[in-house]
Amino acid sequence: MTPAPDARHHVLSVLVENKAGVLSRVAGLFSRRGFNIYSLAVAPTDEDERFSRITIVVDVESAPLEQVIQQLDKLVNVVSISQLAPVDAVQRELLIATVEAQPAERSQVIQLVGVFGGEVVDVGRDRLTVMLAGRPEKIDDFEGLLEGYRVVELQRTGRVALPKLERRPTARTLRSVAGQAG
Amino acid sequence: MEARATTMTGAQALIKSLEMQRVEVMFGLPGGAILPVYDPILDSSIRHILVRHEQGAGHMAEGYAMVTGRPGVAMVTSGPGATNIVTPLSNAYMDSTPLVVVSGQVATGSIGTDAFQECDITGVTMGITKHNWLIKQAADIPRVVAAAFHVATTGRPGPVLIDVPKDVANATMEWYWPTSVDDLDLPGYHPVTVGDPAEVRRAARLVLGAERPVIYAGGGVLKARAAEPLRHLAERTGIPVVTTLMARGAFPDSHPLCLGMPGMHGNYTAVTAMQRADLLIALGSRFDDRVTGKVDAFAPGARVIHVDIDPAELGKVRTPDVGIAGDCRLVIEELLAALAEAGLSDEGAAEGSPAAGRPDLEGWWAQLHRFQEEFPLHYAPAAEGGPIKPQMVVETLRDLSPADTILASGVGQHQMWASQYWRFDHPYTWVNSGGAGTMGFAVPAAVGAKVGRPDRTVWAVDGDGCFQMTAQELVTATAERIPVKIAILNNAYLGMVRQWQEMFYGERYSEVYLSPDLPDYVKWAEAMGCVGIRAESPDEVGPAIEKANGIDDRPVVVDFRTDAFEKVFPMVPAGASNDAIVVHPDQEGRAR
Repeated sequence: MTPAPDARHHVLSVLVENKAGVLSRVAGLFSRRGFNIYSLAVAPTDEDERFSRITIVVDVESAPLEQVIQQLDKLVNVVSISQLAPVDAVQRELLIATVEAQPAERSQVIQLVGVFGGEVVDVGRDRLTVMLAGRPEKIDDFEGLLEGYRVVELQRTGRVALPKLERRPTARTLRSVAGQAG
Repeated sequence: MEARATTMTGAQALIKSLEMQRVEVMFGLPGGAILPVYDPILDSSIRHILVRHEQGAGHMAEGYAMVTGRPGVAMVTSGPGATNIVTPLSNAYMDSTPLVVVSGQVATGSIGTDAFQECDITGVTMGITKHNWLIKQAADIPRVVAAAFHVATTGRPGPVLIDVPKDVANATMEWYWPTSVDDLDLPGYHPVTVGDPAEVRRAARLVLGAERPVIYAGGGVLKARAAEPLRHLAERTGIPVVTTLMARGAFPDSHPLCLGMPGMHGNYTAVTAMQRADLLIALGSRFDDRVTGKVDAFAPGARVIHVDIDPAELGKVRTPDVGIAGDCRLVIEELLAALAEAGLSDEGAAEGSPAAGRPDLEGWWAQLHRFQEEFPLHYAPAAEGGPIKPQMVVETLRDLSPADTILASGVGQHQMWASQYWRFDHPYTWVNSGGAGTMGFAVPAAVGAKVGRPDRTVWAVDGDGCFQMTAQELVTATAERIPVKIAILNNAYLGMVRQWQEMFYGERYSEVYLSPDLPDYVKWAEAMGCVGIRAESPDEVGPAIEKANGIDDRPVVVDFRTDAFEKVFPMVPAGASNDAIVVHPDQEGRAR
């Protein structure tokens, strides 16, 4: 049996300079060092337009997490890295899927979406497009159940994450704009 | 602030920025996209050396950087000009050599259209540069040049590339010069320098408790200009020092505490000392596979103190007991202070101090001295009427050349013999390609070294295979009056590959034979404006070298016809444990 995904998946929240080619530098580093990316999400940050945040879920079976962080930290465009252990992080992901649903099955699909707290976002003659945002495990379950119908197309965003609140600080910032590290 | 702003072109700003970085010389070759930048070179104080191939420019810049400690600068055009310097960038990245390469690029409006001589060189070199920049506007040029030199020379040094589109070079800008690191727009770049004091104290305790310690000095010692503190550390503690291929000269070979080079072709004592050590003090070394052999079997009983300026090296290959991220010079000085605090000064261990209980290293040294006596570097001298032994050429060269001669080499058997049989007593006298193993490195690197240190004799020991890859740069050397000397150990083979085929592929020689006299190296040398000399028998070796040493107005090439059957010993077979070191056949059966 393969270990539960979360046991080997660690979330790195990486603040990078918002410059051309940065994503390519990060992705290139992972491929040339043989590190595996499980999922990756990128977006500009609200706080400062100079920076973007890349949320990378790392498969730590491919390399020790510390080595991944230290190599990532050497990229000149990487400003800071926060490491979030799965238990200490709030993680969310979004799934959208187009499902074939003849009128007879349609209500079953709508019901399933309702049970999970998702939404029907588009309706065609014999197809529905549905979405669900939630914890990655919940998305996994939903995706599994959708397989009982004919899924025409399905997309997941990859995770975004923030540290959980009201605990002692767990996010470990290796390098901050004002800080000093490798 | 200047009272009146000065308007200039991006090209002028680029050259002026290089002047502001006190660049004295650069190596390059012009072409379409870089044309605007070549125009202001005519008015600049910077000496430009016109190479015959861009790879030569890159290796010259490396040779220059390795002997001077200053960043090497090279300039090339777009497309093939830029891709021709990819090998030197990769080489410099592996060996942490500071290099600033400026490449031309097609105009910004043409980028992405597959324009003539367009190549995405920042994409190509992303994985083999410390960082690279594609400049989008002329106003960025001074800041990016300053940032490029800062990144190339601080922290773990390395190569950087600046890609300059032709329209950016032609555009005008108001000149400025960034005066502070804060102006360089490097929010994510903060290299460490000073070691963590608590870790340094832990390291000192391990040093004082060790019975069989070895200092494992790597290229980082030279990068940090730490040869003097290293010597101080070794002498105060009496600990033996091995110097890796990248650290030859960081600790004098003739020093009684020096064990020489470890690794695949290291000497028996250096290799075995590490295997039997109870403490490795790794200073600026990176546990390279050519040093460790099979990692699981490397120095199995040793605790490890690992000092490196690159935190990613700590634990990359071997988990250290004490890992210290910091500059080697500063950390060694901190370690010396911590040892003094624990009672170990230059006068010895103070009575009643923690250092007083330090184990005696006499037994360890007795063991090492026995290894040195039983298993010195060895080769069978030439038989009567037999061909020249390549090792003898290196020894003779060493004995007949000035003590501070700079030695360059290519990659292969000749490189190992050069490293083994030379006597490196001075830092920054050894110029070779370590991590990348770039054949053809020697000739251009020697030229760059001679440009950096014109006061020194510069010899390159090269192989016949290597020489054929980059020999054209001797035309550059002649034209620019750079009198380097090249010793070709001509065994008519790709010798190291031949050695592996002999030892590990049942003597099935596949595509390794070249030819002793095709090309005719003497005629080729003469055609390039050099003096060509040939030595065919052992008694011709000394006179050929003396003749070459007497020539100082042009390059010299000596074609030494050497024994093709000679192999490099000792040797640890690839992937094997260092305990499986194969010694010279004459030494087999001796007690280990």
